[in-house]
Amino acid sequence: MPEALLSLSGVNTRIGQYHILQGVDLEVPRGGLTMLLGRNGAGKTTCLRTIMGLWRASAGRIRYADAEIHGLKTPDIARLGVAYVPENMGIFAGLTVRENMLLAARGGPPDEKRLAWIFGLFPALEKFWHALAGNLSGGQKQMLAIARAIVEPRKLLLVDEPSKGLAPAIIGNMIEAFRELKRTDTTMLVVEQNFHFARSLGDTVAVMDSGRIVHAGRMDALAADEALQARLLGLSLEAHQ
Amino acid sequence: MKRDWLPVVLVPALALAALPLVASLPIWVTLTAAGLAMGMMIFMMASGLTLVFGLMDVMNFAHGAFISVGAYAAASVLIALKAEAQAPSLAANLAAIVPAVLAAIALAGVLGWFFERVVIRPVYGDHLRQILVTMGGLIVVEQLIVVVWGPDMIPLPRPESLGGAFVFGDAAIERYRVLAVVVGLAVFGAMWLALNRTRIGLLVRAGVENAEMVESLGYRIRRLFVGVFVAGSALAGLGGVMWAMYQESLTAQMGMQVMVLIFIVVIIGGLGSVVGCFAGALLVGLTANYTGFLAPKLALGSNILLMVLVLLWRPRGLYPVGK
Repeated sequence: MPEALLSLSGVNTRIGQYHILQGVDLEVPRGGLTMLLGRNGAGKTTCLRTIMGLWRASAGRIRYADAEIHGLKTPDIARLGVAYVPENMGIFAGLTVRENMLLAARGGPPDEKRLAWIFGLFPALEKFWHALAGNLSGGQKQMLAIARAIVEPRKLLLVDEPSKGLAPAIIGNMIEAFRELKRTDTTMLVVEQNFHFARSLGDTVAVMDSGRIVHAGRMDALAADEALQARLLGLSLEAHQ
Repeated sequence: MKRDWLPVVLVPALALAALPLVASLPIWVTLTAAGLAMGMMIFMMASGLTLVFGLMDVMNFAHGAFISVGAYAAASVLIALKAEAQAPSLAANLAAIVPAVLAAIALAGVLGWFFERVVIRPVYGDHLRQILVTMGGLIVVEQLIVVVWGPDMIPLPRPESLGGAFVFGDAAIERYRVLAVVVGLAVFGAMWLALNRTRIGLLVRAGVENAEMVESLGYRIRRLFVGVFVAGSALAGLGGVMWAMYQESLTAQMGMQVMVLIFIVVIIGGLGSVVGCFAGALLVGLTANYTGFLAPKLALGSNILLMVLVLLWRPRGLYPVGK
C-alpha cells in the first residue's frame, strides 16, 4: 500500500457536551480514493470537519504531507492543498457559477486548460457559467461544488456525501467524473452512504461506528464479503444497495 | 442572469401612487425630494450595519454610537472652522466641510476598529451577549460624548452654500437634500462597484452567505470581518454628519434615536443585502414623508406598517441573502 498522505491517530472531537470522535485512527494512502463509510451519526462528517480544522480536535494527532496540521486554522489547512466539499455543498447561491469558480481559484483567474478539463467533466457548468448558482439543480450544484474544489490542483480532496439526494442518472455522471479525477494525482477521502457509489470508486475503505474506525482495508475485499458488510454497515447498507 | 427588479421598482411605484393622494405636483415634488434625501442618509448609516449583520452574524446595537461620534467629530471641526463654514463662498465652505467629513469618517472608523477588537470579538457567535455588550457599549459611548462635548444639544448651522433651495415653478427643493441624494447615490455606486467588480467584494458577498466555506477555500475571513466592520463604522460616521446637518443640531442620543429606522431598513432590505438596504431606505424615507403630510397621526407608525407589509410579502426581506 502507498504511504499515507493523511493520517489521524487517536483523534477525539467534542461538540458541546457530545463526545463525537472517540479516538479515530485513519490512514489515507497517497494518490488513492479512500471511502469513509458508516451508519448515520457514526462521526464521518465530524471526521472531515476535524481534518479541515472547522472543529478542533481535543486530543490526538493529524498529520498531512509529513506535517502536523492539528491546531492549524482552516484557511491555513486549505492553503496546504486541501479542498473540502461539505455535505450541503457550500455553494454561494447569490454568486454566479463563474464567480464561485473565481473565488476558489486563489492564485488568480482559473487556468483555461484546466477549466476546459472541468467543463469536460461537468458540461452543465459551461452552459450555466453566468447563471446564479442558487438557480442550479441539486446535481448541478454538486458538480459546481466539486469543480470548485478542483479548479486548481489540490493534493487532498475531502468530499462529504457527493451522491446525496441525486437522481440515479446524475450519480452515474458523478461516478464517471470521480473516475477521471482518480487519473490525476489527487488523493481523495470521500464520505458516502451509497454503497454502489462507494464500491464503484473506492480503492481503500474505512468504516466508522460510534466515533471510531472499526474496519479498514481494501474496498474490493469489503465489497466481496457480504457478511462483513452486514456486520459493519447493517440496514443502512441494504437500503442503498 | 435573471435579476429580481421588483423591489427596486417599488420605489418609483410608491412615489407615483402618492401623486394622486397628495394632489399637488409642487408639494409632491418637495415631499419626494425630502423622502429620497432622508432615505439616502438612512442608507449611508444602515449599509454598514447590514453587511456586519450578514457577514459577521453580529447584532451590533452600538452602531448608533458610530453615527453620534461621526457627527460630533464633524461638528467640532465645523465649529472650529466657523468662519470658513459660514463664509459666502463655496471654496471656503469646502475648506471646512471636507476636513469635517474626513474627521467623522476617521474617528468613527477608529472607534469601529476598537469595538471589533475589544467588544465584539469575545462574543462572536453569541447573539444574547452581543446584544448586551453592544447596548452597553452604546451607553458608554453616549456618556463619553456627554463628558467630552457636554450634555446640551449643539446647534449645527449648515455651511452657507448648503443653505437655500432650488425653485422649480411652485416647487422648492432644499439644496442640502439634493446634496444628500448625490452623496447617497455616490456611496451606493461605490459600494456596488466594490462588491460586484472587485475580488474583495466577491469575498464579502460570499462571506455574507457562508463564512465557513470562504475559510475552507483558504481565505482568512477574520481580516475581512475587521475591514468590513471598520468600513461600516466609517460609513455610519459619514451618515451621522449628513444627518446632523440635516437636523441642524446634534445630541449624544441622536445615534440611538435613528437606530429604530436603521433596523427597520436592514430588516426590510434582507439581512446582508446592500441593494435591499438601498431600496428599503428609500421606501422608508418616502413613506415617512408622504404619511407625515397625508396622515400626520399615522406618521410615527407608518414605517412599522411598511415593514409588516414587506415581511408579509417577502418574509426574509426584499433581497434575502441565501445563507
